[in-house]
Amino acid sequence: MSTFNIMIVGVGGQGTLLASRILGNAVISEGYDVKVSEVHGMSQRGGSVVTYVKFGDKVYSPIVDKGEADIILAFELLEAYRALPYLKKGGKMIINDQQINPMPVITGAAQYPQNIKEKLSQVCDITVVDALSMAEKAGNIKAVNVVLIGVMAKNTDIPYETWTDTIKTTVPEKFLEVNLKAFDLGYNSKQ
Amino acid sequence: MKKLLLGNAAVARGAYEAGVRVVSSYPGTPSTEITESIVQYPEIFVEWAPNEKVAAEVVIGSSVAGGRAMSCCKHVGLNVMADPVFTVSYIGANAGLVFCVADDPGMHSSQNEQDSRHYAKASKTLMLEPSDSSECKEFTKRAFELSEKFDVPVFIRLSTRVSHSQSLVELEDREEIELKPYEKNIAKNVMMPANAVKRHVLVEKRNLELIEFAENTDLNCIENNNGKIGVITSGICDMYAHEALGDKVNYLKLGMVYPLPEKKIKDFAAMCDKVYVIEELDPFIEEHCKAIGVQVIGKDVFTMLGEYTPSMIKKAVLGEESAESISADEAIPVRPPVMCAGCPHRGTFYVLKKLGLTVSGDIGCYTLGAAAPLQSVDTTICMGASVSAAHGMAKARGDEFNKKLVSVIGDSTFIHSGITGLIDIVYNKGINTVIILDNSITGMTGHQDNPTTGKTIRGEATKQVDLVRLCQAVGIDYVTVADPFDVKNFEKVVKEEINRQAPSVIIAQRPCALLKTVKYKGHCVITDACKKCKMCMKLGCPAISLEGDAVRIDTTQCNGCGLCTNVCPFGAIKKED
Ligand SMILES: Cc1ncc(C[n+]2csc(CCOP(=O)(O)OP(=O)(O)O)c2C)c(N)n1
Repeated sequence: MSTFNIMIVGVGGQGTLLASRILGNAVISEGYDVKVSEVHGMSQRGGSVVTYVKFGDKVYSPIVDKGEADIILAFELLEAYRALPYLKKGGKMIINDQQINPMPVITGAAQYPQNIKEKLSQVCDITVVDALSMAEKAGNIKAVNVVLIGVMAKNTDIPYETWTDTIKTTVPEKFLEVNLKAFDLGYNSKQ
Repeated sequence: MKKLLLGNAAVARGAYEAGVRVVSSYPGTPSTEITESIVQYPEIFVEWAPNEKVAAEVVIGSSVAGGRAMSCCKHVGLNVMADPVFTVSYIGANAGLVFCVADDPGMHSSQNEQDSRHYAKASKTLMLEPSDSSECKEFTKRAFELSEKFDVPVFIRLSTRVSHSQSLVELEDREEIELKPYEKNIAKNVMMPANAVKRHVLVEKRNLELIEFAENTDLNCIENNNGKIGVITSGICDMYAHEALGDKVNYLKLGMVYPLPEKKIKDFAAMCDKVYVIEELDPFIEEHCKAIGVQVIGKDVFTMLGEYTPSMIKKAVLGEESAESISADEAIPVRPPVMCAGCPHRGTFYVLKKLGLTVSGDIGCYTLGAAAPLQSVDTTICMGASVSAAHGMAKARGDEFNKKLVSVIGDSTFIHSGITGLIDIVYNKGINTVIILDNSITGMTGHQDNPTTGKTIRGEATKQVDLVRLCQAVGIDYVTVADPFDVKNFEKVVKEEINRQAPSVIIAQRPCALLKTVKYKGHCVITDACKKCKMCMKLGCPAISLEGDAVRIDTTQCNGCGLCTNVCPFGAIKKED
């Protein structure tokens, strides 16, 4: 009866919300029960943001507890590191290889941890992708979120077309082409 | 058809299906998307009101006149609407009248963690609490029926995780509800003492009827799993409890959280050896249980602070540890929210900090002016308080203090409740300087139009409040409009106004960088002329950081607003396309 739990983490403004919505809608078209927990408000202003997507036969709680995420999709390195305690034993992290300094690092009050990727790879299964370059290649750096959805999609049983159909219904018409391209680049990237 | 909907969107859908005619609200996280979702239904008149009190009165008017109506707000918004709400409890509802209030346990986006259930009890109304999107829709429809059936305003209480989680909802058609007849009824609708005395009697009688209803309604349901342990929950906690405890315990889920049943709770307790009450924030249900003589375990094992989780419940009730987890063995720097790259407020706070002023602050994106490195804001209380509290500060400490004091308040917040404070200053001979941070939008809650933007919630053009003339009209003789990115001039204006022996207003005008109409181009770069003085670092711009001892601008974050080029004393920052 257990659910499949995905946690999406990033920095406010990176488009994690759209990513979780695409994910949620793709999952329902496969007939699962699903819950998507979003973040709105203050933390969208450049703070740490966390959204959860859970699916299965029946989902109760919309949030994912520590040690329970099957996949963590991290839009930024430090946020990946912060989310580590949420990863299930044997779970997987998909990480966008981007560093965004938080204000305490900018002001010098704290240090950005060194070698995050190496440290994470020692304790869990990680896939690191350069989503920013892929988004650029697709035509808009804002499409990082959809690139990452593409990478993540490859790790599920949900067919390619379900994803692209979902993107068609969730993304505004004028950004559709860029987003479909971004998805494809992520989906077909080396993992 | 089933659709994945946000709890907030599901409340809107429920209102639509219930034939609602009028929705008036003031935004506030986590409630904002309810009213925004109403926009998709052309059958409903929807508006952003200047504040929650106005919004509540608008929907009360609609109800009295015979049209179903709803107003939505965040928990602190309910404080602002409390005055009409307490009295409309006496008047009741001609057509269904619903107030939807969203609490924010964990304070994701709020200045306090108040529990709005107390309001239902204090106003002797009725309160429902859904636990997912499907219930959000269903309970909203029930709320309108109950409101009319019992002649009572009904609250729907949400919390962040219900408002902001999406789950599946079955969509149904809208029921077109006829307007209720409007009849003049002074005894019911004019709350002067002689009438109110009689209405109060009916309110108490109604409350007894509602308790009777609470005993029998399917909104409060028992799930008997033949366990020894019983759990009483409501809202999101019911979901957490089910996830944590499965069918190992019996449940009493209270969909109606005020008034609470007595017999049903006693019957439930009799089924179990031990009963837990699982509720976030205050011991509202727990105290009721104890008052009716039912022994329960509540806040002695559960906290009054923040949000709950399933693992917390599992540990407290079953004594089982949560899943194993790995953590990093070093400190991970926090990432607090910051003013965005290109935020117009940054220019204002840079200047205020430079001048070393005491800043009476308010609520909005500009509250972030209290965060490092600017740390310019001294106080934040509630919407509008920047203006009135500064008046009090000046009266307590005198003119010398006042010369180093300003208020800062956003455009939406100024209209919400800053204008009354300004009138107080003028009327009572204050000489304060108030800075209105006019970024042409209600920013913090995610870009809602307001009376100063010239557009309605539906994006239609409308009359725009002229802030300059408004301030002049209440008696401010010195109103200056200045661009906060022109830091030299802005500094000059601030200095002039704080030294004036008269009240003054500075309108810091520059639109929010996230508005679609704002098109900054390219980005800024540090050139070889940089002397590493780090003046630009004082801006606290998320795009500017130190690498070693060199300053670097992250081009993926910089939007080319150019503020840093204005503060660099060596002209070492240039704009590039
Ligand atoms: C009584 C009350 N209602 C609503 C809110 C939610 N809220 C916080 S800030 C804000 C709007 C701020 O807009 P504005 O004053 O224009 O400043 P900006 O965020 O655009 O800088 C709102 C509605 C609140 N905190 N208190």
